Amino acid sequence: MSKIDLNELSSMQYDVLRELGNIGAGNATTALSQLVNSKIDIGVPQVRLLGFDELPSIVGSEEKVMVGILLMLSGDIQGMMMFLMDPQVAKKLVNQLMGGYGMDGNGEEDFNDMEKSAVMEIGNIIAGAYLRSLGDMTNLTIDVSVPLLQIDMAGAIFSVPAIEFGKIGDKVLLIETKFDDERVDEKTDVHGYYILVPELESYDKILSSLGV
Amino acid sequence: MCEIIKVGMADMKTCTAPDSLTTLGLGSCVGVALYDPVSKVSGLLHLMLPDSTQIKNNQNKAKFADTGIVELYEEMRKKGALSGRIVAKIAGGAQMFSYGAGNNDIMSVGKKNVEATKQMLNKLNIRLLAEDTGLNYGRTIIFDSRTGKLKIRAVGKDETMI
Repeated sequence: MSKIDLNELSSMQYDVLRELGNIGAGNATTALSQLVNSKIDIGVPQVRLLGFDELPSIVGSEEKVMVGILLMLSGDIQGMMMFLMDPQVAKKLVNQLMGGYGMDGNGEEDFNDMEKSAVMEIGNIIAGAYLRSLGDMTNLTIDVSVPLLQIDMAGAIFSVPAIEFGKIGDKVLLIETKFDDERVDEKTDVHGYYILVPELESYDKILSSLGV
Repeated sequence: MCEIIKVGMADMKTCTAPDSLTTLGLGSCVGVALYDPVSKVSGLLHLMLPDSTQIKNNQNKAKFADTGIVELYEEMRKKGALSGRIVAKIAGGAQMFSYGAGNNDIMSVGKKNVEATKQMLNKLNIRLLAEDTGLNYGRTIIFDSRTGKLKIRAVGKDETMI
């Protein structure tokens, strides 16, 4: 029997999960800052219990095109980690990482193979930093898949975690952190979301590993 | 005025002419449009999973291909659709991410959803007129009850009509 009741999380459980999101996102953002050589702020992590319909509202609307990097988690913690950003932001990151490459020619939503693998690598580095700190803190083993990339409507990307949670209920519990560049300059501003979606039993493991 | 009625994930709605039904950003889920061309009674279901009998928590009928299609079919008959006349068009069931040998359970749910949908339609003797399923991209669909046409939008692709 799962110790977590999706509809009745205690405030203690909320706080611990939020703090996990904070530490994970903090580490991921340090990695990201180093990549782009700029200070990036993270927002207050949100632990959210959302209906399937509400998922795309995290980023805007169902039809909003997003770059989604998905990592499958296995080992002690099972579930998914997602890293989402606007296509323009992904282009900027590729550009900064590869020194001017990837900004010209093809449109906002078109990524060539080189750009795609650069985006996946960025996802790998960032999600890796997030998950490493999570693993260190909880003393749990987290095995991460290769990063999987999709550039598509938010609704379609979110259908993947939604279906997984759909097997056990009608809502998804996730830890979401927004990050934002300190620079307001349109050309270089970097922002996006880290979303951690552990399976229900994994929440139990995470919480009990921390003595909650 | 014609209304465009939105159908969310794991949800279903019915309407009659001149209204339309839409569901946005279908990924691995399947959108099933049922239609009686004479009475124009139309229904749209946004299902997430193939089989309710495999799942413990299965109260929400619209979540599953097996229970959802039956429920929509019954609802439409209540609204005046005749069972012999109801036809279907389906879209969605994409594989959004490819992972492993391609037979990964999580990743191949789209394909299973499409298979289960077709089985259920067959069982209810509903003719499948057209489909736009599979592949690896999301779709927005709009069903027009006046014409029985299903419009499909995808990122970076031309709008199609089936």
